[in-house]
Amino acid sequence: MSRISDRFASLHAARRPGLIPFITAGDPLPGATVAVMHALVEAGADLIELGVPFSDPMADGPVIQHASERALAQGVGLAQILGWVREFRTRDTATPVVLMGYLNPVEIHGVQRFAAEAVEAGVDGVLLVDCPVEEIATARPLREAGLDQIFLAAPTTDPARLEKVCAAAQGFLYYVSFAGITGAGHLSTEAVRERVGQIRRLARTPVAVGFGVKDAASAAAIAQFADAVVIGSALVDTLAHSADAAEAVRRAGAFLAPIRAALDALRTGHAA
Amino acid sequence: MSIDFHTLPDAHGRFGAYGGVYVAETLMAPLAELTAAYERLRTDPAFIAEYEHDLKHYVGRPSPIYHAERLSRKVGGAQILLKREDLNHTGAHKINNTIGQALVAKHMGKRRIIAETGAGQHGVASATVCARLGIPCVVYMGAVDVERQAINVYRMKLLGAEVVPVQSGSKTLKDALNEALRDWVTNVEDTFYMIGTVAGPHPYPQMVRDFNAVVGREARAQMLEQYGRLPHALVACVGGGSNAIGLFHAFLNDADVAIYGAEAAGDGIETGRHAASLAAGRPGVLHGNRTYVICDDNGQIIETHSVSAGLDYPGVGPEHAYLKDSGRARYLGVTDAEALAAFHELARTEGILAALESSHAVAQGIKLARELPRDQLVLVNLSGRGDKDVHTIARREGLDLT
Ligand SMILES: Cc1ncc(COP(=O)(O)O)c(C=O)c1O
Repeated sequence: MSRISDRFASLHAARRPGLIPFITAGDPLPGATVAVMHALVEAGADLIELGVPFSDPMADGPVIQHASERALAQGVGLAQILGWVREFRTRDTATPVVLMGYLNPVEIHGVQRFAAEAVEAGVDGVLLVDCPVEEIATARPLREAGLDQIFLAAPTTDPARLEKVCAAAQGFLYYVSFAGITGAGHLSTEAVRERVGQIRRLARTPVAVGFGVKDAASAAAIAQFADAVVIGSALVDTLAHSADAAEAVRRAGAFLAPIRAALDALRTGHAA
Repeated sequence: MSIDFHTLPDAHGRFGAYGGVYVAETLMAPLAELTAAYERLRTDPAFIAEYEHDLKHYVGRPSPIYHAERLSRKVGGAQILLKREDLNHTGAHKINNTIGQALVAKHMGKRRIIAETGAGQHGVASATVCARLGIPCVVYMGAVDVERQAINVYRMKLLGAEVVPVQSGSKTLKDALNEALRDWVTNVEDTFYMIGTVAGPHPYPQMVRDFNAVVGREARAQMLEQYGRLPHALVACVGGGSNAIGLFHAFLNDADVAIYGAEAAGDGIETGRHAASLAAGRPGVLHGNRTYVICDDNGQIIETHSVSAGLDYPGVGPEHAYLKDSGRARYLGVTDAEALAAFHELARTEGILAALESSHAVAQGIKLARELPRDQLVLVNLSGRGDKDVHTIARREGLDLT
């Protein structure tokens, strides 16, 4: 069992919807990332997605683009990010960490080398946005090293592909709630509910839903039928305005806590 | 054993280790839809007839091969021949591709077209075919390029297109491509993305090549007809690589024809300020395909530099990556200064204002011709005309035309 499936198993046992915050590693300040990760866990995060900044984030909207640009301007790279995960692990060995990014930085680092270093640092899963199941061979060393390879499913994914994606998915399946870029769009809860229902019938992993979840209300709406919700741009945007690491930590906690509370209220509702 | 270059790419869009489909999940379905449509149309006689009719009556094909005699005499080596893509409607090879993609879009029933552009030539060529189809056209263009290619921006607007300046990243062609991909991912239902070069995910490198391959097919027949033989060498500039592969493709299996690509060396490859992905880059993944890219040790794409906006791209079409590795083609850097010198040389000796992109090919052609005997023929792709660059050249030379 991986740390990710352990975590989902205990969430399931507790009938608790998972909460997955996404932050761009190194933004707003390289020195704040580890502290923000801990703050997110304290405020109720069940898993952390750490964005690896890339110069050409073609699937991301302006908020995450700008976060990536800020991080890159500070010289943030894979080696440093793995160092932060290692540091995070000295205090937290339970919360899974997934790196999310694009292929080129991983390829240039060397997929094999990256896989070994990521495992050693305590990374649990990797989501490579521009590596669909068809190109899975590219990422084989990640699996072989024991990292979960997280895949996306989208509203445009047809049933035949969905089967392939579900068969390949490890850890959890990330359902992208609408056709678009991160941080955009309006969530249609009903359409997402229907799709997640279909995916559940095929998936052997839990299903997390992201894109368009931005606050307690939207998170709670999605958590009624998804195993977990992912919140990215809204959090990244909140952190962006921090003057220093202490403020980033405060903002992270203040942002996530009410969302956690809304999800927990939902669980109480279920139980009743 | 010789390679049959005409069998590439394979069904997955791979040229050896290069190409493929490296995009976010949301784009897999529209790419599959496009691939299926293109596979059906590319061998459909009615589609081919429609395409060829447009090339003849709207674009003005075939474009001539012109013997640059005065230039050749001055250089004092091989004879320099120019494939005159600059004479096409809208002034560059780019229209060959947009005519083809417009027909594909029409057959697919798409109601909106988006495009990215660097120099603005592909933007103009896209706006042109959209005006003809009567459908809206949105062109993404890096804010830096909007500045340096003002005439083409205005041409696009006159043709009814909306030009969106892109403010992210380095504000050049690569960022325009990112933004166009973001638009497409958001509007997959009704939108057709018209990529302007042989980059991007499959099927674009193949489709854009096929639509530009008319250049080499014509040129090969013209060479045999006018000169009774094939040229000793081909030369074309390489940004994304569409005019180059367009010329090269029909000749790839002619082992005696040497093939040269001229990349933008900017201030010089050794300065790091260049756009020579093949000559100085390394294999990586960018914009949906595996190819040579210009990036740092962290895998971040580096800002490129070239006097020519159309060559200012940190990637290159995957087929060129394959041709480089296989040794079939050689890719060499041409600096800004060399390209500008060639621009003036061609203007003064032959009365032709070449595009700055094409001037890189002319410079490489001159270098090559100089080394070869007089009875050899060097065929240079004059991919576009220089009207759009007049302001840039004037500014470089201390004149302000505005
Ligand atoms: C005249 C001309 N030649 C060449 C290019 C470079 O593109 P490609 O390498 O795809 O031919 C451009 C691009 O804008 C162009 O306008």
